[in-house]
Amino acid sequence: MAGLELTLGHYLAVSAALFTIGVFGIFVNRKNIIVILMSIELILLSVNINLVAFSVFNGTIMGQVFAMLVLTVAAAEAAVGLAILVVYFRNRGEIAVEDVNVLRG
Amino acid sequence: MTFQEIAAIFIVLAPGVAATISGLGQRVLGDKGAMAVTTAIVVSAAVLAGYQFFVHAFIAQWEPQTIVLSRWFDVDTFIADWAIRIDALSVTMMFVVTSVSALVHIYSIGYMAEDPHRARFFAYLSLFTFAMLMLVTADNFIQLFFGWEGVGLASYLLIGFWYRKPSANDAAIKAFVVNRVGDFGFALGIMALVFMVQPVDGVDYAQFGITEFSSIRFDTVFAVIANNAPVQVIGQAVAMPIQDVTFDFLGVQVWGLEIAGILLFIGAMGKSAQFFLHTWLPDAMEGPTPVSALIHAATMVTAGVFLVCRASPLYAVADVASDMVTVVGAVTCLFAATVGLAQNDIKRVVAYSTCSQLGYMFFAAGVGAYGAAMFHLFTHAFFKALLFLGAGSVIHGMHHEQDMRFMGGVRQPMMLTWAMMLIGTLALIGFGIPGTDFGFAGFFSKDAIIESAYASTDTFGPFAFWCSITAALLTSFYSWRLMFMTFEGKYRPNPHAHHDDHGHADDHGHGHAAPKVGQAPAHESPWVMLTPLVLLAIGAVFAGVAFKPQFLTKNADAFWQGAIVREADPLYGPNGIHPYGPAKDAHGAGKEHAAPAEAVHAAPEAAHGAAAADGSAHAEEHHELPQWVVWAPFVVTVTGFLGAVIFYLLAPSVPRRMAANGGPMHSFLSHKWYFDEIYRFVFVKGAAALGDLFWKVGDKKLIDGLGPDGVTGVAKAGAGGLSKLHTGYIFHYALVVLLSAVIFVAFVLFSQGR
Repeated sequence: MAGLELTLGHYLAVSAALFTIGVFGIFVNRKNIIVILMSIELILLSVNINLVAFSVFNGTIMGQVFAMLVLTVAAAEAAVGLAILVVYFRNRGEIAVEDVNVLRG
Repeated sequence: MTFQEIAAIFIVLAPGVAATISGLGQRVLGDKGAMAVTTAIVVSAAVLAGYQFFVHAFIAQWEPQTIVLSRWFDVDTFIADWAIRIDALSVTMMFVVTSVSALVHIYSIGYMAEDPHRARFFAYLSLFTFAMLMLVTADNFIQLFFGWEGVGLASYLLIGFWYRKPSANDAAIKAFVVNRVGDFGFALGIMALVFMVQPVDGVDYAQFGITEFSSIRFDTVFAVIANNAPVQVIGQAVAMPIQDVTFDFLGVQVWGLEIAGILLFIGAMGKSAQFFLHTWLPDAMEGPTPVSALIHAATMVTAGVFLVCRASPLYAVADVASDMVTVVGAVTCLFAATVGLAQNDIKRVVAYSTCSQLGYMFFAAGVGAYGAAMFHLFTHAFFKALLFLGAGSVIHGMHHEQDMRFMGGVRQPMMLTWAMMLIGTLALIGFGIPGTDFGFAGFFSKDAIIESAYASTDTFGPFAFWCSITAALLTSFYSWRLMFMTFEGKYRPNPHAHHDDHGHADDHGHGHAAPKVGQAPAHESPWVMLTPLVLLAIGAVFAGVAFKPQFLTKNADAFWQGAIVREADPLYGPNGIHPYGPAKDAHGAGKEHAAPAEAVHAAPEAAHGAAAADGSAHAEEHHELPQWVVWAPFVVTVTGFLGAVIFYLLAPSVPRRMAANGGPMHSFLSHKWYFDEIYRFVFVKGAAALGDLFWKVGDKKLIDGLGPDGVTGVAKAGAGGLSKLHTGYIFHYALVVLLSAVIFVAFVLFSQGR
């Protein structure tokens, strides 16, 4: 398809869409805490896309380096989050988000 | 230091030490130890004071002197010491206070034998003795005030000693509050004196015998007043002689000395239970009986008389204040005697009798017979303490029955108590044969007062005289009524007998056989209680005849040595000067005819001015005291006795019917002239309503409502509201975080865009 060219705007649109999905995944989801974790991963990925897109667009390598860093941190975060979840499930016997409200005033 | 000085210091301070030891160390010492310590110390103080007094009275008069213990206040001319002033007044008072106190200590060992808090009781007794001694040995008004409040405190503690009894607590509070009314006047009186007695620049006060000018010390104040020295009243531009001082008080221009005298007397009225401020004294009988004998008969209540006598140089020149003293004293002596007729509680009868006798002392001081006032104070201490302790013995023997209607027939089981009470009664009514030296203690002092009132040229002298004669009749009647109702006739058991209430009634262990019909189930008190009675009875018999020359007649000049002003004394002036000359009867005062008037003016320490002029005026027109005046007290006393015999021995049904019918007169008297009711209506209700207002509206609603309660309320409600925001759901927190971030970023971007 001639005339169709991938511009920076497309990448940013995808990234924004992913970010929005992630955010809504956090707020709207009331059932599963694992979904929240996945939503956070989505937000991080949208940031990564931003970084890589800007890196290519600007012709600098710095954005891609940051992307690698974010990936690493995301992996670590997922590991820690899941570990907490496992322990939490052991203690409470369930991980439904609606029931996790010990902090209620 | 001489022996006398050491003795005086010991007498005054040792009871304080005893009170501290037994009060703070009662757990270590135990009841027995505390009793032993306090009693031993007070008895030794009494022995020393007795030695001092008897030496002063009979052997060699002490020079008046002041032992300064330490300086207390030293602000400009406001200089006060902790001091022990030794002169005839304080030596007399020290003897009275320590001797009665020592006997009461001993008596209490028996009377309080079943009380679980004896250590506390004895500590209070010693504390009282200490405060009273500080009062009488003060050399300035501030120390006097210290002692004054100290005895008030001790009185409060001892009236409320049985603090589980609500009536005792009420009585203690009443005594304290009523005394505050008087003390307010007293404090104002002291302030008025300080206000007036300020030195004038350039005047040499050494000429008046003042070495160190102090606005508060007796020596300075009385020397200034007696010499009419110039003073510089605070806030007034011109210096003037003190007797001319007027100042603005409550918007009225008043004579300074008159107002000071009146205010000081208001203090004396409170402490000595005079008319209008007397209501606390009968209620104070809620305290243990030894307390009544010591504080509310012999010593503390006479502090007012002592104050007026101590301030005699002031009252000698303050005529209006003296007239007020006379009128209040005369009214009190009559009023209390009438109320005494209709009381049924044995202690209350004696209490009203005390009130009445204090009235005698006051109007004696009011007409200028300070010597007679002090003499009556002296004799009264013995026979009134005797009557109270005797009544206590009866109460003890009757298992705490105090109502005379439920006594009767007590003489047989309590022979010795009866005999002692009889002596006390005879002394109280002033029994004696006029014209001879035969008579009980009260005879000499009371007749001296009555005759002084007759001889007085004061406006209110005749009023006081007739009041006192009537009161003497009533005194005799109610005293015999007490004797007959208690000791004679048949035993009238209390229909609402409550012997079982007294858990200890059975532990008495006296084991007397079941009483015969008509005989009271009483038992004689132990010897530890009877010994003080016997000693006091000796005083009640002989104190009058033995000390009359010292207090009033032959040796009075050497005895008083200027401690009181005697120039205006209507009957027993110095050097035998008195308007009635050397009477032929036994009351004959001086041994020689009136000395020349110049002698009065030449006399050192004399109260000059009006008082001395009066004295000399009297001296010129002396004449005999009429015989009917001399015999009047005797006649009314016998009349009262006969009346009591008829009503309470021969026809006891008559008064009972009168009481039962409850005519207006009887209820008027038995309700004590409705004073309590009136005060309740006028003062107590208003004060209670005001207090209620301040408590419920002022304190609870305004201060607490806006203050602590309001703040905590707001914080609590706010925290409650805020905590509702915490749902505990993670996504809510996350939303807040995100929104905050968005707002923050938006804010930063917008502000940078500008």
